[in-house]
Amino acid sequence: MTWEAVVGLEIHVQLKTRTKMFCRCEAGFGGAENTRTCPVCLAHPGALPVANRTAVEWTIRLGHALGCTIADRAVFHRKNYFYPDNPKGYQISQYDEPLCVGGLVTVPGTEPFEVGIVRAHLEEDAAKTVHRGGGTGRKVGAERSLIDFNRAGTPLVEIVTQPDLRSADQARRFLQLLRQTIVELGISDARMEEGTLRCDANVSVRPAGSDELRTRWELKNVNSFAYVGRGIEAAIREQVALYESGGTVEQETYDYEPDTDTLTQHRSKEEAEDYRYFPEPDLVPLEPEPELVERLRTELPELPAARIVRHTEALGADDAWALVTTERDATYAALVAEGVAEREAFNVTMNQPIPPGANVAELAKVVKAAKTLTREALQKAVAASADPGFTADAYLGDVAITDAAELDPLIDRILAANPGQVESYRGGKEGLLGFFVGQVMKETGGKASPKVVNERLREKLRA
Amino acid sequence: MTIDTLRLTAEEADALLARKEVSGAELFAAYRDAIEARDPELHCFLRTCDDPGGDGLPIALKDVIGTKGVETTAGSKILAGYVPVYDSTVAARCKGGGLRLLGKTNTDEVAMGSSTENSAFGPSRNPWDPTRVPGGSGGGSAAAVSAGLAPWALGSDTGGSIKQPSALCGNVGLRPTYGTVSRFGIVAFASSLDQVGPVAKTVRDCARLYSVISGRDPADSTTVEVPAVEVPTAEDLKGLRIGVPVEMRDAPGIEPGVRDAVARAVDLCSELGAEVEECSLPRSVEYGLPCYYLIAPAEASSNLARYDGVRYGHRSPEGNGLIEVYERTRDEGFGDEPKRRIMLGTYALSAGYYEAFYGKAQQVRTVIIREHAAVFERFDLIVSATSPTVAFPVGERADDPLAMYASDLLTIPSCVAGLPGISIPCGLSEGLPVGLQLVGPQLAENTLFRAAHALERALGFDYVPERLR
Repeated sequence: MTWEAVVGLEIHVQLKTRTKMFCRCEAGFGGAENTRTCPVCLAHPGALPVANRTAVEWTIRLGHALGCTIADRAVFHRKNYFYPDNPKGYQISQYDEPLCVGGLVTVPGTEPFEVGIVRAHLEEDAAKTVHRGGGTGRKVGAERSLIDFNRAGTPLVEIVTQPDLRSADQARRFLQLLRQTIVELGISDARMEEGTLRCDANVSVRPAGSDELRTRWELKNVNSFAYVGRGIEAAIREQVALYESGGTVEQETYDYEPDTDTLTQHRSKEEAEDYRYFPEPDLVPLEPEPELVERLRTELPELPAARIVRHTEALGADDAWALVTTERDATYAALVAEGVAEREAFNVTMNQPIPPGANVAELAKVVKAAKTLTREALQKAVAASADPGFTADAYLGDVAITDAAELDPLIDRILAANPGQVESYRGGKEGLLGFFVGQVMKETGGKASPKVVNERLREKLRA
Repeated sequence: MTIDTLRLTAEEADALLARKEVSGAELFAAYRDAIEARDPELHCFLRTCDDPGGDGLPIALKDVIGTKGVETTAGSKILAGYVPVYDSTVAARCKGGGLRLLGKTNTDEVAMGSSTENSAFGPSRNPWDPTRVPGGSGGGSAAAVSAGLAPWALGSDTGGSIKQPSALCGNVGLRPTYGTVSRFGIVAFASSLDQVGPVAKTVRDCARLYSVISGRDPADSTTVEVPAVEVPTAEDLKGLRIGVPVEMRDAPGIEPGVRDAVARAVDLCSELGAEVEECSLPRSVEYGLPCYYLIAPAEASSNLARYDGVRYGHRSPEGNGLIEVYERTRDEGFGDEPKRRIMLGTYALSAGYYEAFYGKAQQVRTVIIREHAAVFERFDLIVSATSPTVAFPVGERADDPLAMYASDLLTIPSCVAGLPGISIPCGLSEGLPVGLQLVGPQLAENTLFRAAHALERALGFDYVPERLR
């Protein structure tokens, strides 16, 4: 039987607002332990939350970017549970009336796919618990646990997707596109390693072509893009094995262990969770003014997905993806506008980052002449393109040796000096071409035209 | 000069200060002397403060009101030793208005109770009869004002904790419209119901203190803009339409002496020129109490979760591991009443019960709000007794939570509806004060002040307890 994966994601994004979600303490990474705190985020008696307007606006922007409907009325709820990193004994979150609902994201590519967005809501982050002693840095066996409340109350957006993803690769791509979108909106650094973007995955499998939803596993605490994909792959693998051996899949929460590429059971909570949600009486419902919602919509920049689609015709889906997700498409477009061929512009932009503020008009002249120039000339021009007074003229003189007659004797000498490599190349190790090119470049001080060197080398090695 | 703190109103005290007949320090000292003389018997204060200086009157604050640098326990062991690092908005506004903190007054633990017997630090006593309770939860503030231990005070009211003690102690207490006074810095009991308000000897004092503490606060999202407070002068009720909710008038459990005093006050309303008519609040009176006893404990169960021993307050020295430390801390720190309400509230919010309890109570709350709104289309205010009974003996209801809860039968409906209410003394029954409750629509404080003031003048009630005259 062929199996198909059914994957949905729950993503937490820490917003990089200047202050916390419900108080005016400085938010964000850093600061000595417990210095970015106040009665509100330490949950002193009588302290009350006041919602951060910027966080609300940013969540609305994100909601627009995910194609969501922005609710006329959103309600903060209390999610009640005891834990030392949860100072109030409840987290202020959103429950049945979230700020953003019902979105859809189309992920471009050679095989584009759609991901439904169930909701995106605003909540607050917990404090950070540090376990000391006992050697492992984990709770079990630790001698004591310390709490740093600097993070407590940092705004978090939780995004929940429909179970629309069909493979680990789709999950990775969706997540990468989402990350790029968030970064470009300027609302979060969205770095998994730093925990400003966190992703839990719900994974189940089913016979391909079926539309059933089987029991799922939840993967938690996956802290890199690569591990999200590998964790999902591991879950798919293990579930398929279970079904094929006649077993069943029980609902379970797992952590992914990258060292062993396996799943381990998530520590079980000591008692069943009942969060006793109820509307937060200390806050009034959010009722964003329609004018504000509309303004935030019209102010959205062109999103990465749209730009990938736009560049796909000229570059193909994969290169368009790479261009946009590395945020190099603006300089690429500027070069194209100056008359540089698209492929050429892509190669230049992707080979070497073009510094911000570059004089693209002058740089384009160098790029257009690149075939006749030394490789170094182009590299230096790119590096200097943002310098004051940068002109193409300084680099256009740096003409490459394109005369085969001049290069042939040198090439012959190099081939003669490396009989072993020549034999290997002819035996099929064509990757060695780079080695010969490198030798020629070294001998000519980088002045040889790579194009001509390549052509001559190929011809001579074929002989 | 001798300062008769029993008799002196805040307004008169201010006049003495203005005429420099007495200094602020002398005034402060006079109240401190009165505290020293009478508080050992009455136990209104959990702690007193040294004169902080300044140019205004002294004031006493209920111990749920956070005061920077002054221990604030809310009458609970779990907060024993807790010294706030910040002032509540109302404490800051009092300071800003020059008022000088005399001390923190006793309260039922976390404001849960109707007699102050639930205070972890022992009950307060009624100045009219120390064998009786002063009401609660703000019994300390009410008794302090009546016993001349403070010219005025602040209380907090969730289901009657300002109005009921004022009724039982024979003074004036205002529970303002929800949202007019900031809750920032007030130890939370039930957030959608809690409201701070003034306790004073006269309606005019009450209005003046309300003007100090009320107004929108950026630190409390539920506060609103408040119309300018008018200190009342009119001595008639002409043009006012006053409703008498028959379900409140005829409620079971109202003592005959209370019923009679209230009936006389209602007659007086007509004599003073008001149009008085019967009206009806059937569902509010029938369902107010059960509705309140679902919503308030539910919110309390969540509000009290922060008292976990991790950051401040009591932490059990015993206990192995996280869960046990939590359990022991809260078991040792909370008394029976908070525990009872935490359990009730946790249950009411639990999966599978939410809709039947908390959800249903919220629907009933909407019904109560609408029922009141309909009445206030016809009336400017409604009147009833504040408490069904006069002050009851200490210990009488201490072991009967339901009897204690019934004490708030008449104050709770308008609290649930978020409406302002004022209690003024309207006579004596068995030698103890009877409270008259006036309730108005949202933000109708000025109307309440006006009517209460006119009635106060016409009633001529002597607010000094007979045994202290």
